[in-house]
Amino acid sequence: MARQIGDVILDLKNISLRFGGVRALTDISFDVKEHEVRAIIGPNGAGKSSMLNVINGVYRPQEGEIIFRGEHRHNMNTHIASAAGIARTFQNIALFKGMSVLDNLMSGRTLKMKANFLQHALWWGAARNEELAHRAKVEEVIDFLEIEHIRKTPVGRLPYGLQKRVELGRALAAEPSMLLLDEPMAGMNVEEKQDMCRFILDVNDHFGTTIVLIEHDMGVVMDISDRVVVLDYGKKIGDGTPDEVKNNPEVISAYLGTQH
Amino acid sequence: MFYRETGQFKTSYGADQQIFPIRQDRIGVGLVLAVAFLVVPALAGEYWFNAILTPFLIFALAALGLNILTGYAGQLSLGSAAFMAVGAYAAYNFQLRVEGIPILVSFICAGLTAAGVGILFGLPSLRIKGFYLAVATLAAQFFIVWCLTKFPWLSNNSSSGVISTPTVKILGYVFDGARDKYLLVLAIVSVMALMAKNMVRSKTGRSWMAVRDMDVAAEVIGIPLLRTKLLAFAVSSFYCGVAGALYAFCYLGSVEPDGFSLDLSFHILFMIIIGGVGSILGSFLGAAFILLLPILLDVLLPELSSLLHLQLQGSTVSHIQTMVFGALIMFFLVVEPHGLARLWQIAKEKLRLWPFPH
Amino acid sequence: MQFFFEVLIGGLLSGIMYSLVALGFVLIFKASGVFNFAQGAMVYLAALSVVGCMEKGAPIWLAVILAFLVMVVFGVLTERIVLRRMVNQSPISLFMATIGLAFFVQGAAPLLWGNQPRGLDIGLVDEPIPYILDTFGIVVSRFDLAAAGIAAALVLVLALFFQYTRVGRALRAVADDHQAAMSIGIPLQHIWVMVWGVAGFVALVAGMLWGARNGVQFALTFAALKALPVLILGGFTSVPGAIVGGLIIGASEKLAEIYLPPLMQGVLEGNFGGIEGWFPYVLALVFLLVRPEGLFGEKHIDRV
Repeated sequence: MARQIGDVILDLKNISLRFGGVRALTDISFDVKEHEVRAIIGPNGAGKSSMLNVINGVYRPQEGEIIFRGEHRHNMNTHIASAAGIARTFQNIALFKGMSVLDNLMSGRTLKMKANFLQHALWWGAARNEELAHRAKVEEVIDFLEIEHIRKTPVGRLPYGLQKRVELGRALAAEPSMLLLDEPMAGMNVEEKQDMCRFILDVNDHFGTTIVLIEHDMGVVMDISDRVVVLDYGKKIGDGTPDEVKNNPEVISAYLGTQH
Repeated sequence: MFYRETGQFKTSYGADQQIFPIRQDRIGVGLVLAVAFLVVPALAGEYWFNAILTPFLIFALAALGLNILTGYAGQLSLGSAAFMAVGAYAAYNFQLRVEGIPILVSFICAGLTAAGVGILFGLPSLRIKGFYLAVATLAAQFFIVWCLTKFPWLSNNSSSGVISTPTVKILGYVFDGARDKYLLVLAIVSVMALMAKNMVRSKTGRSWMAVRDMDVAAEVIGIPLLRTKLLAFAVSSFYCGVAGALYAFCYLGSVEPDGFSLDLSFHILFMIIIGGVGSILGSFLGAAFILLLPILLDVLLPELSSLLHLQLQGSTVSHIQTMVFGALIMFFLVVEPHGLARLWQIAKEKLRLWPFPH
Repeated sequence: MQFFFEVLIGGLLSGIMYSLVALGFVLIFKASGVFNFAQGAMVYLAALSVVGCMEKGAPIWLAVILAFLVMVVFGVLTERIVLRRMVNQSPISLFMATIGLAFFVQGAAPLLWGNQPRGLDIGLVDEPIPYILDTFGIVVSRFDLAAAGIAAALVLVLALFFQYTRVGRALRAVADDHQAAMSIGIPLQHIWVMVWGVAGFVALVAGMLWGARNGVQFALTFAALKALPVLILGGFTSVPGAIVGGLIIGASEKLAEIYLPPLMQGVLEGNFGGIEGWFPYVLALVFLLVRPEGLFGEKHIDRV
């Protein structure tokens, strides 16, 4: 592969997250390097989605430190995360159901657009030019994901697999430097999974986007990721290359179960 | 047959992102505007201007305002009438207290005042959603009307808060006839509708809809929730405020706070439900429907009852009106939640394929 | 000080009336997630039905039974014709539909029973209780106290009904999770009809008490508007919340009505009566900002 894995850009240190008395994450530390594909795996309820939510500031951990591109923070917030180029998709598709595919993708570029509502109301030069310039960018994403034929369709009418693809598109439209994908292939058939894998690898390859993904399909995870972190009951039980993780006895027992 | 887009190829994104990408639509809208500005003033009589056309335009503007907040940004408000009241009283006071202020400027200031009040009552939307917010807007409804009744300064010390508006004069021209006022209202409403359409098809509107459809995802994209919601409250209240000012200055001439009751708020809400939630066109269709229905019932019911040899009392007609309103709201929500605007869209889609539906 | 207590007690007792209406909201919201704006209109319909039947010559017990039947039929029709067809729509749409329902009832009820205001005699008189007047020097209405007793009894009966009957258990199951309840064979739609029936019964009790006190008239529909801030305060899903919320709203609005205008007149000129029209809302609004889930509501964690 042409891409070169770079330095650590995201470092999570001793993250603990509680909801009331429920401990969702306990003392978790791991890092993400630039341009790599980093997978988070683990059984259901292991805290994988919570982990992503901590990274982009939807949840605020009680303890720990998040170091993103050299900046130390106790916790992220969604605004800083999105402005710093972190985009994501959700486990249960979180598209804007009432809007067309095009508008969903355009909304992904909100942060890059500067015109204010008054300029919009008057559709003045700057606002109009900006809309059209961003439309051109969004069309590139549409081409890339091969969804030209549905660009004007309201997303609510699309089948599940396509919705997943549109959601990826919305994240890509932001031209993120880091992409968080929460089970991008859940509920897909083999063909759709292959397509999705191809898109993810292409993104990583062409744009050098760092990817953090959660996935249950072990075949896929072992195939596409550079390093894997394994969570179980909110604790980290393994971390390393796919091969290392595969042979880690603790990981095997978490997945297959052992007698204690 | 005539409504076809075949052969109209778009060669630029600019052409594809026009308000009306289909040529026939452009011609249609042009025709409607031409009729409204040229033909109607020549033909319509006093009754039409006073009882139907002018109030229709004003209510359409208020409905447009509510639609921005409720239909596009997804924040249900039951206080639109109160924001109209703010506009009406603000315009009155600007005229009264600022020497030589042009009337259009005082309308804009009225809208801005309403926008300010709207922001104030929109602040809770950061923490509360849905019904809770609806109840919060009820607070605005009751509190504002109470203030206008109880603080004599706001109505220049008139009894029970009644205000009578001065004559409308722009650049020395006095708008005193029904036709003049209609044209003024039409011009203002046309411009504001165009601006609303522009807002909802650009980033502003997309942010509103994003917040409406999935607020967490919107936040993750980088859309600031509070600012987006407050902008919707402000713009919506601005529209309602201007509508209120026109309501006082160009329609009734004299208004009292109790005229801007909860009932009026509900009627504006009904306009957008029946016309189409989240549709500019729907605001107009809904306003026409809600305005014409009582007039229609007034004419039809006596006919019907004399046909059936029934005695009809005045109160019965108003009860039936209330009932029909309620029934229609339920009917539309059950059968076509997107209202008349959606029906119109479906009709257009059918027409595109006609006469070969396959 | 005596006057203060008199106002306070009067407020608390009238607050119980608000609680009664709020209770109907809570029942329906708990079981079906529908925020039923028509509860006030139902109070009006119930009271009108009682009065209407009595005018036709029915004794009061029969009138009450007939009115209850009217409310049950109303509930069944609402569920069949409107709510069942709206299962997939957003809560806000359902809420707007109940606004339509409220309008429908407000038009239909007087068509059915006539619209002139009427009195309703349920054998309670609105006069001070001599014992309390003599001992403490405070005016406490016999009627209000009896109404409070009836409301308390109603709440007790409902609590027992929910806790110990099969239907009550099913209701709680449905309130918790529709799909789970359905999957273990609880007939959702029967339950909803049942809830609307119970809410109709609560509306009937509220309607008779309010009607006996203020006359059976259109203004009864405003009961719903008084109940909304109560709900905000108490939380939409809490029966005790509805009661406590009602008491707080009732007491505070009466106190505000008496004590705020003199304060305001010290600063501004004017006559500031009618504060009770908006005070509950502003109070609820302020409360919302501090504690959005209400006094007894459950804290909600958004899952992403």
